[in-house]
Amino acid sequence: MTGLLSVTDVSKRFRGLTAVSHVSFDVQPGEMFAVIGPNGAGKTTLFNMIAGAMAPDGGSITFAGEKIDGLRSDQIAQRGIGRTFQLVRPFPSLSVEDNVVVGALMQTNELEGARNIAHEIMSQLDLLGKRAQIASSLTLPDRKRLEVARALAGRPKLLLLDEVMAGLRPTETDRIVAILRELNRAGLTILLIEHVMRAVAALASRILVLHHGAAIAEGTPENVLRDPAVVHSYLGAEAL
Amino acid sequence: MNTIWFQTPLRGKALSLLLLAIFAAAPIVADRYLLSVLILVFYFTYLGHAWNLLMGFAGQLSLGHALYLGLGAYTATALWVLFGIGPWVGVFIAIPVAAAAGLFIGWLGWRFAIEGVYFALLTIAFAEFTRIGFDHLQVTGAAGGLFLPVNGDAAGKWWNLGGGPLLYYYLSLGLAIAATILVARLRQSPLGYRWLAVREDPQAAQAVGIDVFRARMLAMLISSSMTAVGGVFYGFYYRNLFPSQVFDIGRSIELILAPIIGGLGTIFGPIVGAIILTPLGEGLTGIMQSLGLNAPGVKAIFYGLTLMVIISLQPNGVWPWLARHLRLDRPRK
Repeated sequence: MTGLLSVTDVSKRFRGLTAVSHVSFDVQPGEMFAVIGPNGAGKTTLFNMIAGAMAPDGGSITFAGEKIDGLRSDQIAQRGIGRTFQLVRPFPSLSVEDNVVVGALMQTNELEGARNIAHEIMSQLDLLGKRAQIASSLTLPDRKRLEVARALAGRPKLLLLDEVMAGLRPTETDRIVAILRELNRAGLTILLIEHVMRAVAALASRILVLHHGAAIAEGTPENVLRDPAVVHSYLGAEAL
Repeated sequence: MNTIWFQTPLRGKALSLLLLAIFAAAPIVADRYLLSVLILVFYFTYLGHAWNLLMGFAGQLSLGHALYLGLGAYTATALWVLFGIGPWVGVFIAIPVAAAAGLFIGWLGWRFAIEGVYFALLTIAFAEFTRIGFDHLQVTGAAGGLFLPVNGDAAGKWWNLGGGPLLYYYLSLGLAIAATILVARLRQSPLGYRWLAVREDPQAAQAVGIDVFRARMLAMLISSSMTAVGGVFYGFYYRNLFPSQVFDIGRSIELILAPIIGGLGTIFGPIVGAIILTPLGEGLTGIMQSLGLNAPGVKAIFYGLTLMVIISLQPNGVWPWLARHLRLDRPRK
């Protein structure tokens, strides 16, 4: 248990339904770790527990050596975990720039400094030309990049990406993949939930597969995607 | 203010200064009646800013701001009538009293996830039962009201907030200007950005490290404190206080109209709203009288209709529209 993020024996139940059941995994610093699984496998629930949107019923989550389960999501964000939402939620009536500035205010309490950080991030994510646009007027791919930009502006140590490629065209997916690769090369640890297999295969160094809330496989993409249990439960029997 | 001021185009600066000069010089030509209308314009500008801070910036609907207005008014006037403590000192006791009430309501609502319209109901409830409480509070005259002496040596001195219309005129103008500067500065501060984030999406705001509860409580603290100061002005300007008037929900409603009509969440909205609404109300009274339409409620009907027309034409308020047409909005970068 020496990872940047350690999830140990974590469970979550909603009434009778066990959404996540005794899941454990470690994310190493600098790694790109993917969590995959069919709809309803508990990916987003797991994610929400790491980000503090809900507390686990059992097990523990530690980040950089500190226990974080039970903390509020703003406290977890302050400790260096940035996140995006599955259904994007930028601040709709604020401009692109102000959205990113709000994210950057986690780093500095000076507006000038926050604007400088925002500027840097916007140019990195190709948003500079749209900085004065109101967030709600952006197209979906732009809004997805804005979510990533806002999370990055807080300079997280770990970035949680919840289906950031879903609904994008292949060219847009490749664009985000390239951006994430670059961020990862610069030292950012990334944990992603993804449905788009071409993105997962292109990005992840390790994959965890969830099925009905339980981890059924973990390993490198080559090994995991060839695992018969994974193929059966996730990719579908017809893939055999 | 600095950023907003520097980013305001030249004509915007010129127009603001012109407006200020007109208001500063108005007493030279204006009669007593016109001055009293302008005092109301400034008073509603001031209160509009206070309420807009909580609703327009932090996104929390209060329909009970009469509570802070009334507590401010009663605290300062009672201190003076009962203990001879003047309003310039009393205001510093009125502020914490009203702020404590605001923070309690905020804590109750936001700690226990009472949000949106339910929070608004909570604010109404507190204003209502404070009104009932004051109706039975003998020390401040209960339902019979609290009256400030109009005559006498001490009553007429400025340090007791007594005096002619000029005193109240410049005092209310000063309050309106101070509130505008304060609100503009706050809007351009990190806290202002955090408020907007919380207003737009509390959960997403939390995900970027913003303590939503704390941000809302700070907005409530400032908003209720500002409203209390308006209450002190109210008490000493009208020189009589009745629980059924000052804590009434009608008070809470009238002070939110200017920012809504002018433009929620904008800095100039409350100003524009107050400049439109106060003369409108006064003008309607005049027209109704000259037409002999004295039936109760007729003025309210026309007032309501006018508000509906304005809001249906400009759902985001008059100021954003006005700023676009006068080219006063910030230049596109």
